[in-house]
Amino acid sequence: MHSNGLFLKDVAGFLGFYYTALALMNAVAALILWQKKKQTGWAIAWSVFASVMMVLAGLALSGSKSLVPSLPLAARSLVNTLSGPMLYTLGTTALFTILFVFRKFFVQPMVAWTVFNAALVLMGLSMADENFAAIVMKPDNVPIVGLVFLLAFFTWVATKQAVVNDERIARGLPPMEKLDDEKVLVWPDLVYTELICMVAVSAFLLVWAIFLPAPLEEPASSVKTPNPSKAPWYFLGLQEMLVYFDPWYAGVVLPSLVVFGLMAMPYLDFNKKGNGYYSIEERKFSYLVYQFGFFELWITLIILGTFLRGPNWNFYGPFEYWTPYKVEVLNNVDLPQMFWVNLLDRPLPRAPQGAGTLAQIGYILLREAPGIALVGAYLLLLPPLLAVTFFRGFFAKMGFIRYMIMANLMLLMLSLPLKMILRWTLNLKYLVSIPEFSLNF
Amino acid sequence: MAIGETIRNSQIWKSIFRHPMPLDRRNRIVVMLTNFFLHLHPVSIKKQGIALSFTWCMGGVTFFLFLVETVTGVLLMFYYRPTLEWAYNDILALRDVTSLGILRELHRWGAHAMVITTWLHMYRVFLTGSYKPPREFNWVIGVILLLLTLLLSFTGYLLPWDQLAIWAITVGSNMARATPILGYEGPGQQLLTIGGIDMITDASDARFGLLGARFVGEETLNRFYVLHCIAIPLAVALLLAIHFWRVRKDGGISGPL
Repeated sequence: MHSNGLFLKDVAGFLGFYYTALALMNAVAALILWQKKKQTGWAIAWSVFASVMMVLAGLALSGSKSLVPSLPLAARSLVNTLSGPMLYTLGTTALFTILFVFRKFFVQPMVAWTVFNAALVLMGLSMADENFAAIVMKPDNVPIVGLVFLLAFFTWVATKQAVVNDERIARGLPPMEKLDDEKVLVWPDLVYTELICMVAVSAFLLVWAIFLPAPLEEPASSVKTPNPSKAPWYFLGLQEMLVYFDPWYAGVVLPSLVVFGLMAMPYLDFNKKGNGYYSIEERKFSYLVYQFGFFELWITLIILGTFLRGPNWNFYGPFEYWTPYKVEVLNNVDLPQMFWVNLLDRPLPRAPQGAGTLAQIGYILLREAPGIALVGAYLLLLPPLLAVTFFRGFFAKMGFIRYMIMANLMLLMLSLPLKMILRWTLNLKYLVSIPEFSLNF
Repeated sequence: MAIGETIRNSQIWKSIFRHPMPLDRRNRIVVMLTNFFLHLHPVSIKKQGIALSFTWCMGGVTFFLFLVETVTGVLLMFYYRPTLEWAYNDILALRDVTSLGILRELHRWGAHAMVITTWLHMYRVFLTGSYKPPREFNWVIGVILLLLTLLLSFTGYLLPWDQLAIWAITVGSNMARATPILGYEGPGQQLLTIGGIDMITDASDARFGLLGARFVGEETLNRFYVLHCIAIPLAVALLLAIHFWRVRKDGGISGPL
């Protein structure tokens, strides 16, 4: 089911408005650059860009297949074929790494503006694809699009200040926040800001509510299960984890650990620097851990779970039709199978007929010995090992209990990406699989 | 101007506002101390502490959205009955019959926005290192508020009683079935067996406690309605009060020492 004429007619009005808004935004930017910043070169560049956007708006309003600006079909199917959970995860990780390493380059206003416009144009071009639009324009998915742009914007705001502060600190100067040390009265300086914020948020919410009706599907029916069945969008990162772990871990233990870990954070971070101002260099470790958890393990998984998981929780490319008939090969193997059968060429250890409970448990433990040894080594041996190597300084400053809590939280957090890698490379399903006690890991 | 003067000099006005208009320095200080709604604030504040590039205003916006949700939520309660017979029909009527038909939109989009602004507020607090001493405990309260915000949104998701609602809640609450020891499909549930009788069944486990039934049904609707409209908002209101109070007691908005 690829773009037909009717769909383009429906979306034409939106796209025309979208490109016009882009043009206006860039025209204003050009005006500011020319009048206030005296950067005539950039002003001309963005005026030209704004005119191109006006042309795109006109083309989009035509609503005809040959004119509406869109990505070439070949490019779309290439993206669909290439994309999958592995490429998506590695790709986003690479993207975040590049943005972080070259942050001094990306925070420059004109670079950031270029990236922002490129993202918006790509978004507009993609919206001309029926399958893409069907998922992104679902009313409950719209907030996620907003979240992505808001996060990008605020990360830019923060990183820009952190880069400046880090440079100042390196030169022995106090952070920028220290410069405005003078006190002002809350009335009028703060209360007016708050009032303006309230008016702006109210206006924004009213416009949103008028233009986007809240979803209401058919009346509830406990016999008609929709495919896919999805939790509310903010829990879709957790639902995505179910691909790699059983519900007891992905749905109960890991979320509890996230909450516990967040609460424990101020007591584990012993670094006294970077309190009350934007900085990255002064607290690189905690910064990277938080960003990894927030962006890679929370936000990108939500986006994956919302936009790229279709019927039967199969992966679908961004421009792919969500056919319920897509079949994915499931050839995942448990570790005991790999160890006993594939490696040692023996049957799985099994208790003889009529064995007592203890003997049965003994056989289960023997069967699962390789997995238990691996998980045990990971959780029990790695922390002390790290304490005398990589985390030597941390251990000395934190003391035994705090260090052990931090090390275990970090290792459990990393259990998710590690399990992903094991799945992609070895088709591993479970490290430990004891269905007798509903205990699979 | 004369009328304004007369009003401001009247006994009624003066009984409400116990000070002249905040036009000079003295009265701008007095207004912060004598007005109930403003007394949350300090009288004066460091200039960098109110710079939007520093605060993003996200905590304030989250609180404002909580107020929007409270007001629109109360209005929605006038129209909505949490029973299998009426829940869906009331939402339909709210869309098709009731005037001011964007009430539900305001509530739903406000809720989504509140989840997002909560995350952004936490993100800002992290990036400025504002969870560090002496503000550790207020961060902990903030994490609980985050959890309650998600639960508010989650319990509200069920109330329209359409396909989207019950299946999202079914998928979400199915997790509780796998709670270690306390869920009937969770690891270690066999441990709670007394005299050969299984204590943890699908009618006594963690999921049953959440849903009030073996599946998402009328009991669940009632339970989620009460949680959504009364229990969680009260808890949030209490924790918000502590959160704001602690902001002041822990030294106001953070800044470099």
